[in-house]
Amino acid sequence: MYWQPEYECIGRQRLEQIQLERLQSTLNRVSRNVPFYRKKFEDLDIDPYDLGCLEDVRRLPFTTKDDLRDNYPYGLFAVPLREVVRLQATSGTTGKPIVVGYTRSDINKWSDLVARVLVAGGVTKDDVVQIAHNYGLFTGGFGFHYGAERIGASVIPSSGGNPRRQVTIMQDYKTTALVSTPSYALYLADVMDEMGVSPNALNLKYGLFGGETWSEAMRQEIQQRLNIMATDDYGISEVMGPGISGECAQRRGLHVNEDHFLVEIVDPETLAPRPLGEPGEMVITTLAKEAFPLIRYRTGDLTRLIDEPCACGRTSRRMDRVLGRSDDMLIIQGINVFPSQIEALLLDVEGVEPHYQIVVEREAALDKATVLVEAPQALFTDRIREAQQTIQALKKKLDTELGISFEVKLVEGKSLERSQGKAVRVVDKRTF
Amino acid sequence: MITLKNIDIFYGRIHAVKRVSLHVDPGEIVALIGGNGAGKTTLLCAISGLIRPARGEILHKGESIARRSPDKIVRSGLSHVPEGRLVFKPLSVEDNLLLGAYGRFSLKARRQIKNDLAEVYAMFPVLKQRRGQCAGTLSGGEQQMLAIGRALMARPGILLLDEPSMGLAPNITREIFRHIVMLRDRFGLTVLLVEQNAKSALRVADRGYVLETGRIILQGPADELLANKDVQRAYLGRDVDL
Repeated sequence: MYWQPEYECIGRQRLEQIQLERLQSTLNRVSRNVPFYRKKFEDLDIDPYDLGCLEDVRRLPFTTKDDLRDNYPYGLFAVPLREVVRLQATSGTTGKPIVVGYTRSDINKWSDLVARVLVAGGVTKDDVVQIAHNYGLFTGGFGFHYGAERIGASVIPSSGGNPRRQVTIMQDYKTTALVSTPSYALYLADVMDEMGVSPNALNLKYGLFGGETWSEAMRQEIQQRLNIMATDDYGISEVMGPGISGECAQRRGLHVNEDHFLVEIVDPETLAPRPLGEPGEMVITTLAKEAFPLIRYRTGDLTRLIDEPCACGRTSRRMDRVLGRSDDMLIIQGINVFPSQIEALLLDVEGVEPHYQIVVEREAALDKATVLVEAPQALFTDRIREAQQTIQALKKKLDTELGISFEVKLVEGKSLERSQGKAVRVVDKRTF
Repeated sequence: MITLKNIDIFYGRIHAVKRVSLHVDPGEIVALIGGNGAGKTTLLCAISGLIRPARGEILHKGESIARRSPDKIVRSGLSHVPEGRLVFKPLSVEDNLLLGAYGRFSLKARRQIKNDLAEVYAMFPVLKQRRGQCAGTLSGGEQQMLAIGRALMARPGILLLDEPSMGLAPNITREIFRHIVMLRDRFGLTVLLVEQNAKSALRVADRGYVLETGRIILQGPADELLANKDVQRAYLGRDVDL
């Protein structure tokens, strides 16, 4: 089953013609409408019109997360705001989020691209799709929602949270497909055990999971415990959200929607292109986005491309599951966060020293994050009430600013491990 | 059917068409829209061999035609209906049509050509009524039909149409466009349509490209372009806030 076979099963030669046409018109638009790109091209003395083949894209400069942050909020939009019908946002590095806009036609294309991913994962118009991604500024909820509606499936926008209600909905509404993060799916499996609900008594058939790194072992566990076919999907909010790539029933890598995204793999250190099939950092150029086009955006995600025919009949190249990050970004409870963001927030609170450690672990399949902060000795002996207040203030601040609930612990000065004089900022105990 | 890759065209030192890539699939109607002087006609002339591009590739049915002479291109199944129709005004309507079959005329082909003539007359009955009249005495709409009929007499697989609605009343324009759709639906003809009348063109087209000062700045399904605010502002004469 395909959603748009004319693109999903397209021949390589035709695909490359379409990619070239779209790349050229995208470059024409960004250099005309986005001052940031126009200036960048001028500074580097690059003529974007002088691009003759897809490989020439390598001559163009990269766009980084810092570029997006520097141009907050609307600096990189290629259309006037009145043509934007939707704004979504994602977390940035130092507190400033990144705002992403969509025109009506962008939303239309986005729906189709997510529909492709859903159909590849088994979903049809007869399915009842429960979307347990957060609805809001995060792209996961609305992205999948529009895609599932496009197919004509029955959509339950259950959003995140309240696991018992999720399970009840699954039972009562006869959900057949679950869309969430993989860790949340395992968490729901635990809750089912607690509630005494047998997965076999449910109607679940498919699970489409993404938004965080997971492993083959975790897939096996999810498939066994929920008795479903679990596929991986990939998307990042800066580029569009879900719909960039997704697995088919073969479950051997994620089919990239190459007619909309030009994907390169580069060495994260030297930024030189890697040979096809070798792992490296994924770099994406959008080919058809109107409101928020990106040229050579460094995703920070490490993966590799698979250029082998797939038994499902789709001709697109596949990307391997994301193997890790090229920077220090953490994904906690499905939310992207940089240690520097946490540091900035800690420094805002009085009486806290700039020595901290973030400990992330998995507890009952969910992420548990703890911040250990060094505090003056006096706080422990004389001013316990003050210490409690500091902890509460920190917790509240982290929760409201980042949307992640942290445990906060105060520890004695100089008790945190330091390697070569530098503190170990992050201890990630999760295994994927 | 036709694939263009990185076409550059110069008029002297003027860079008229810059790195244009586009494709037309069999059975498609593709509209090329843009303002005056955007390079639309230039691009069509390059495809039919009347202008040589400085650089780039033009493929027709998988074969490169960028260096082929115009008459060979016509014989390979590509007809061009030029801007301003350019019918032979002193000649009769029927002679104009027969001239369209000039490239394939032979004793053996006579019967086939006669059949084709009958087919064109069936499609445009008004041409049959005026078969003996000088082409110059026809109205603008009739001349446009004649120009299309003449192009069809070469039995093309793909038709390049340059501004078919130019100078025509709206109701005549509608009729011409209805015929274009019919050519595709009934005869499986592929059409590359150049138009300043962007709205009418996009209504009948499957896909479109927007050309601005020699560059393609937008491309996509026709309904998407119709809804695009940039296109509306620039070419559809509609203010966005209305």
